[in-house]
Amino acid sequence: MLAQPDIAALLITLKLAATTTLILLLLGTPLAWWLATTRSRVRSAIEAVIALPLVLPPTVLGFYLLLAFSPDGPIGATTAALGLPSMAFSFWGLVLGSAIYSLPFVVQPLQNSFAGLGRVPLEVAATLGARPLDRFISVVLPLSKMGYLTAAVLGFAHTLGEFGVVLMIGGNIPGETQVLSIAIYDHVEALEYSQAHWLAAGLLLSSFLVLLMIYSANRRFHLMKTA
Amino acid sequence: MQHIKRAFEGNSAHELRIIRGSSGKHYAQITNGAPFDVFLSADQGRPRRLVEEGLAEESGLSTYALGQLALWSRKKDLELDRDYLSNTSNYRVIAIANPRLAPYGQAAAELFSSLGVESLVSGRLVMGENIAQAFQFAFSGNADLGLVAYSQTESPNLSGQGSVWLVPSELHQPIKQDMVILIDSAAAFEFSSFMKSAVVRDILLTNGYLLPEATP
Repeated sequence: MLAQPDIAALLITLKLAATTTLILLLLGTPLAWWLATTRSRVRSAIEAVIALPLVLPPTVLGFYLLLAFSPDGPIGATTAALGLPSMAFSFWGLVLGSAIYSLPFVVQPLQNSFAGLGRVPLEVAATLGARPLDRFISVVLPLSKMGYLTAAVLGFAHTLGEFGVVLMIGGNIPGETQVLSIAIYDHVEALEYSQAHWLAAGLLLSSFLVLLMIYSANRRFHLMKTA
Repeated sequence: MQHIKRAFEGNSAHELRIIRGSSGKHYAQITNGAPFDVFLSADQGRPRRLVEEGLAEESGLSTYALGQLALWSRKKDLELDRDYLSNTSNYRVIAIANPRLAPYGQAAAELFSSLGVESLVSGRLVMGENIAQAFQFAFSGNADLGLVAYSQTESPNLSGQGSVWLVPSELHQPIKQDMVILIDSAAAFEFSSFMKSAVVRDILLTNGYLLPEATP
């Protein structure tokens, strides 16, 4: 059924999706909050930039990342100047690529959720003497639980299925950058269709379970609200 | 392929449409009914398998070119040769095509074993899914070296950039590239015999390929 390299690919994929989601939730929170509350004119421009990974074909995004990682590229030059190893063909390079690729899937649900809160709960908390950070932690976060769940699941699921970006910048190194989608692709290319079917079925089933989880949680949440 | 297309169409009533893609993907498409007339593979295995599966005739199978492996670096004026490759402290990352998928990748793996450096390079390898991607890795400078197709390093777009070493062919198995006729049509047969003409043989030679001695 699953050979050792396939299991390694599965583990790398899960690690990549989890790391990317965590980073995106941390960085996406202030970004989404700013977008939901600002009246700045550059807001539309920033929103458009965040949505761009939806437009760009992933292999194109990956190709430009590859160029950026090269020794004369902006990212490659920076990492070299800091004495850091190159991002190309490394797990952290994949994390960066995936973070860009999945950014809209995390920021947009958070932004919608923050915008849906309205000003009232925060103003009430402020009149009760809560400081800004306290207001965020004890008012905004609990009220945005669904937004966070949606953002986390979409970010995670989207990174699980990522292919084009990893294909371009990963280098297919087993145990480091060989993710599930690449392993499936390799099996297909090598005409090992039965292994490909096993892996693809596994990916589909786990993605289905993840999505099922969010939709049933969503439904329970709405039932709770209307009860 | 563009040179061949122009030469073919200049001498024929037929028009040539080229569908590019990896041999493995084309194989999957052909077995699922893709409407291709002729399949030019980068290897021998896949066309042969189509014959075994009854999707093509044995008589329509032939070797059209021999690929040559080259070691390439973006850095100019490097003295690339077998010693440079064997001394793995010269480089940090070397790109090859995936040996499981691409004949050039397999040749690269054979080269490592002929030089006895398999274990030394194993921590430095990155793999492209095909030879074009392996070349991209080296061309962008993310890989210090690439074992690529000589036809790529000789491409006019590259015009003498970087350093190259044509790997002697006795260091790996020949990279035989086969084609197979998929449908019984005059156009397919015409193209297939055109691929053996002097015009095409010239194009192949100037583009970094060797010629098969005789049809197998």
